[in-house]
Amino acid sequence: MQQFLLKNFDAVRTAIAILIGMLICVLLIILVSSSPGDSISIFLFGPFSSQRTIASIFEIATPIIFTGVALSIAFQAEQFYIGAEGAFYITAAVGTAFAVSTSMPWFFHIPLILLVSGTFGGLWGLIPGYLKARFNTSEVVTALMLNFVALYAGLYLINNFFRDRAAGFMVSFRLPESAELSRFIDRTRIHWGVVLALVVAVWAYYFLYHTRTGYEIRTVGHNPKFARFGGINVFKVIIIVHILTGAIAGMGGMVEIMGIHRRFNWQDLPGQGWDGVIVAIIGRMHPLYVVAAAIFLGYLRVGGQQLRLMSDVPFELVLVIQSAIILLITARAFLSQWEARMVIRQASEEAES
Amino acid sequence: METILSIQNLWKIYPNGTVANQDVSVDIKEGTIHAIVGENGAGKTTLMKVVFGITQAKSGNISLRGTPFAPSQPSEAIDAGIGMVHQHLMLAPELTVAENIVLGVEPKRGGVFFDFDTAVQTAQETSEKYQLAVPVDKLISELPIGTRQRVEILKALYRNAELLILDEPTAVLTPQETEILFQTLDQLKEQGKTIVFISHKLKEVKRIADTVTIMRAAKVIDTKPASELSIEGIAELMVGHKIDLSRVAAPEHIGPAKLSVRNLNMTRDDGVEAVRKVSFEVAGGEILGVAGVEGNGQTELVRALVGLLPVDSGEILVGSTDIARLSPKEIRQLGVSHIPEDRMEDGVAPLMSIQENIIVDRYEKPDFSTWFRIFWKNVLAHTVGLIRDYRIHAGSPKHEISSLSGGNIQKCVVARELSADPDVVVASQPTRGVDIGSWEHLHSLIVEARNRGRAVFLVSADLDEVLKLSTRIIVMFEGEIVARFEDASTVTAQDLGPYMLGIKRQEESSATVSA
Repeated sequence: MQQFLLKNFDAVRTAIAILIGMLICVLLIILVSSSPGDSISIFLFGPFSSQRTIASIFEIATPIIFTGVALSIAFQAEQFYIGAEGAFYITAAVGTAFAVSTSMPWFFHIPLILLVSGTFGGLWGLIPGYLKARFNTSEVVTALMLNFVALYAGLYLINNFFRDRAAGFMVSFRLPESAELSRFIDRTRIHWGVVLALVVAVWAYYFLYHTRTGYEIRTVGHNPKFARFGGINVFKVIIIVHILTGAIAGMGGMVEIMGIHRRFNWQDLPGQGWDGVIVAIIGRMHPLYVVAAAIFLGYLRVGGQQLRLMSDVPFELVLVIQSAIILLITARAFLSQWEARMVIRQASEEAES
Repeated sequence: METILSIQNLWKIYPNGTVANQDVSVDIKEGTIHAIVGENGAGKTTLMKVVFGITQAKSGNISLRGTPFAPSQPSEAIDAGIGMVHQHLMLAPELTVAENIVLGVEPKRGGVFFDFDTAVQTAQETSEKYQLAVPVDKLISELPIGTRQRVEILKALYRNAELLILDEPTAVLTPQETEILFQTLDQLKEQGKTIVFISHKLKEVKRIADTVTIMRAAKVIDTKPASELSIEGIAELMVGHKIDLSRVAAPEHIGPAKLSVRNLNMTRDDGVEAVRKVSFEVAGGEILGVAGVEGNGQTELVRALVGLLPVDSGEILVGSTDIARLSPKEIRQLGVSHIPEDRMEDGVAPLMSIQENIIVDRYEKPDFSTWFRIFWKNVLAHTVGLIRDYRIHAGSPKHEISSLSGGNIQKCVVARELSADPDVVVASQPTRGVDIGSWEHLHSLIVEARNRGRAVFLVSADLDEVLKLSTRIIVMFEGEIVARFEDASTVTAQDLGPYMLGIKRQEESSATVSA
């Protein structure tokens, strides 16, 4: 038992953090709700109550898988590139501009849009990446600032050149049908983007753990001095990581437009880039765990929506769980005493025998 | 003499599972200089950290002048009259000496404002009282390291320390500064202070200590008066068996030069000349040993040889290719292997698996990958082979490398570097901090590489190691080669000493090698 716990300590820690987060939430519901029993059951089981709610979980998870996987690659290289939000937003704007100005059959149009948006997202990621690799500029600061550039540049582009004045509010022209990712389950908005997201996650997993470049990325992340000592080109790795992160996050933004909104309608940063940070951390930067984390986040969000609709508990409660979990997972000291006690017990048993 | 500090049956285990102190008992008598010796990792420093309250023991008793004592933080130890001077000095470089001495217990004006004048005055008084001269109004950053250390000692004395712990105080000092430190310690002993001196330099221990406690692998082996022990005796107790210092047989066949360095000059980041007009050659089948006090340019030289530091001028030839401006990867491809000085810093990525650490220089070989994909099965088989051939004690190649002991991590590094089939092996402190079993094993591996016709360039602070392994020896002092010994078999440590300290130099030694 002790052996098992020690071996899988990170997973155990994550599970306990999630449990505690949920527990805090249940306690809060008991405090604020007039019928806590009903509210708790709405929160916990509401997301599974109908086909529509279950579908919502996946609709919400889809873009977050993109950004979460993108950020996992950056984080594995110890690059705290937090510009997924900006890349997600501006790539969607540029992709929309491209999609509404071109027309061709869908089997050309969709791959081409994805290619254009991936390329643009990669170039967007290259900016902080090059600055970091060449001048050792903090990618945290540049990426954060570029998020604002993305927002205003995106707004300028859409509102000035692609605004649909007939729509009555600030949105772009509608995408041509050939650019839409179709929905394949009746009465839901689950679209082919979810399949794309899973493909990207599996690809990223394979890329990080089974390819040369993936190995280089992880080695640079673990110890850049060692990587350099061994002959790995650290400059190249930093550039590649930023390009990939920007490309995947950006593609995620365009997929969200093509699958859900069908026109560019964000007048502000939509937040999926930040959700990506959350799921990358909960999933411990492993692309496949990130998928699970994104679905879990989707579940929490749907639970929150159900609470808002059907009980007297505010949606913001979900944010409390999120924060509690992130706090517990990122706090390195959380449960470390317990781990230390187990290690010490084991070591003294070995020393005495 | 009265016992001032008594440690009984103390156990300390670190959260990573390392047993640092196992059932340790030591009595320290008042007014003596008590040395605690042992190899790196024997548990000396940990024991003193427990006494000083930096870390806490798992079990065991400490008593100070007969009363139980278990400090939960350093301030409790300081209040009880214990002072500790750490190996890496804990001073604020941008404050003056006086400010550093009173730091934490500053004199205040009106109970609020720092009283600088009184601080200077008290610092001056303390300095005079203990006859330890320091320039009280100078910034720490302007002072040489020996003087900084004296400030640390004064800082402890100012807080009324009766028991002074010095953790490897001579590691950073020049021989002259060491002698001055020893005079200081003798003087403090006469004034009735007790001094605990942690070291692994046996000559120094013999010179200064009244009593010696020897530790090995977390346990106390023995405590004896220094007069009853010889240096050889201490060494034997420290490592657990007679150390074989006999030299290895000279190589049978020495080939042509494989590594030639000509007129190499390097400057450190701070503008100081690190390496000056260094020239030498290493031939296949020989080991060129570099002796010298650490910090005399050896680190920079080694890093230049493997492409990790730029050079100002000069040539580094591997075969006939000048590698002075090539990348680490290109240099490796020309057949240069590197056993780095600091294995946890450069030699491994601690949290990656053993196999991932092994392939850092060879993952692009066709056996292990295509342009895209890595064949982990082949990597695994390769690693299993190395673990077997190099007798590495490891559970599985997939375990984190940091779960191994220091000696085994070093064996992984050496296994990787020697199995790369190099022409030139650049080995820097190849056995630092490893247990004696690994020490001898690593030596036999290096000699075997030599016998296979590799050119070995060996830098070590361990003179015994240099004398044991080298075919030829050069001595570095302040970035220059000050002596060359073409036949290492007749050289003794006494011969090297004056050159290492910069007292003597061979005039022709810095001239370009006449090959």
